[in-house]
Amino acid sequence: MREEIIVSGRMNHLIDPYLQIWHWPIPFYLFVGGLAAGILFFAALMTIRGKEEQYTAATRYAPFIVPFLLVLGLGALFIDLNHKPYFWRLYTTLRLESPMSWGAWTLMVVTPLSIIWCAINIRYIFPKWQWPYEWLKNLDAFFVKHKMTIAWVMIISSTILGIYTGILFSAFNARPLWNTSILGPLFLASGLSAGAAVIAFMGKTHLEKTTFAKIDLLIIGIELFLIIHLFMGFLASSQVQIEAASLFLGGEYTAPFWIFVVFLGMVVPAILDFLELRGYPIPTVLPMILVLFGSITFRFIIAFAGQASRYLY
Amino acid sequence: MRYAMAIDTKKCVGCSDCVVACQTENNVPIGYCRDWVVEVTDGTYPQLELEIRSERCNHCSNAPCVRCCPTGASHYAEGGIVLVTANKCIGCGACIASCPYDARFPHPDGHVDKCTYCNHRLLEGLKPACVSVCPTKCMYFGDLDDPNSEVSRIIKKRKWKTLIPEAGTSPELYFLI
Ligand code: SF4
Ligand code: SF4
Repeated sequence: MREEIIVSGRMNHLIDPYLQIWHWPIPFYLFVGGLAAGILFFAALMTIRGKEEQYTAATRYAPFIVPFLLVLGLGALFIDLNHKPYFWRLYTTLRLESPMSWGAWTLMVVTPLSIIWCAINIRYIFPKWQWPYEWLKNLDAFFVKHKMTIAWVMIISSTILGIYTGILFSAFNARPLWNTSILGPLFLASGLSAGAAVIAFMGKTHLEKTTFAKIDLLIIGIELFLIIHLFMGFLASSQVQIEAASLFLGGEYTAPFWIFVVFLGMVVPAILDFLELRGYPIPTVLPMILVLFGSITFRFIIAFAGQASRYLY
Repeated sequence: MRYAMAIDTKKCVGCSDCVVACQTENNVPIGYCRDWVVEVTDGTYPQLELEIRSERCNHCSNAPCVRCCPTGASHYAEGGIVLVTANKCIGCGACIASCPYDARFPHPDGHVDKCTYCNHRLLEGLKPACVSVCPTKCMYFGDLDDPNSEVSRIIKKRKWKTLIPEAGTSPELYFLI
């Protein structure tokens, strides 16, 4: 029996008895970041493949949500900071060792990019749209001309953004649950799946709806594979990681994780996507709501469970 | 120069004088502490073993808190001391989450706070407050690069351990066992 008592009564606020430094803003920020990354990724992908006309929801309509998502995300990040007047310090330094730093910079690249993307596609939403000044018209013409280049920058930066939403956690080896490189690809997949579900819902044609239902199905499969991998890795690792995994295998996060994230957020939408592809009339709003719900719950659970997992010495 | 501290777990009686001295010296906000005392009981009754440790930031030489800080507020100062520059810190909490020892806390003013090895006293040639008040003289502080310093000599002579070395932080706080 080993017992550890802190005699001097260390009770530092938000640190003891267990870490609670990150509340809802961080998982929310990572969720909207992931969703934005997913939508932009497919917008760029379909443009690069020259399929703009077939996949209008992916390339033209869904990206209009992205700037709002990113602004909400940056707002949440700001709310999370304890020393708000010094917020600008984040943008006077670039530290590649710090995911918080390069992630914030990635957002700074992706946000204007998404606004430019909306600007060059606004003519499809308002066919009579005219830019007011000559210089704006020239700028618009310039961006339209370089649409392909923008799409390439966007596909790369949105992938980085998607991976970052997982790496922010996995870079912390102090929290055994987070300290796994699988979180990067897993959160990227979760963001892509959320993006695909939104596009499938917004899709105007049968082709677009079914293509994105297929894509979503494929990504959910990858996610489930990565989750199995995650737990295999934990269980074959050191004692602290075995204990971290036990939070989900009998511990307090077992029910929320397996029921909300895996079953409702992945398995059920996968079945719905499958039925839809088989020709059953499934409203695409259903898988979308479930995937988004699963994706946001996943990030909340990982954020909170990770803070509860620690080294004992 | 490489500052380090060695704490004798066989001499420490867990009086918490070091905790109070630090709170007074560094004006630590009420309800918080930069150092604390841990009592560990091991074994099954009646074969019990007791270890008392006065703990604080380990001033790790491979510090994850410095690595993950987005602004450079957390940094290495002279002698490897890990410090936080308050007016560079945005209070993002990344360093708090990255420390396996939970040695940092959010100061009510917004920035992050932690043990400084009493850097301001070192500059005046004094020892850290905790070291200078300890009634059992169980703490040794000095420069590890100097083979004749108190801390170098005691580490050479005695058996010691560091905390969670497997976390890869290379801690510079030695516990004599
Ligand atoms: S003990 Fe924690 S706060 Fe101190 S240097 Fe190491 S990681 Fe940083
Ligand atoms: S809370 Fe302050 S010191 Fe800590 S990582 Fe963020 S900016 Fe750096």
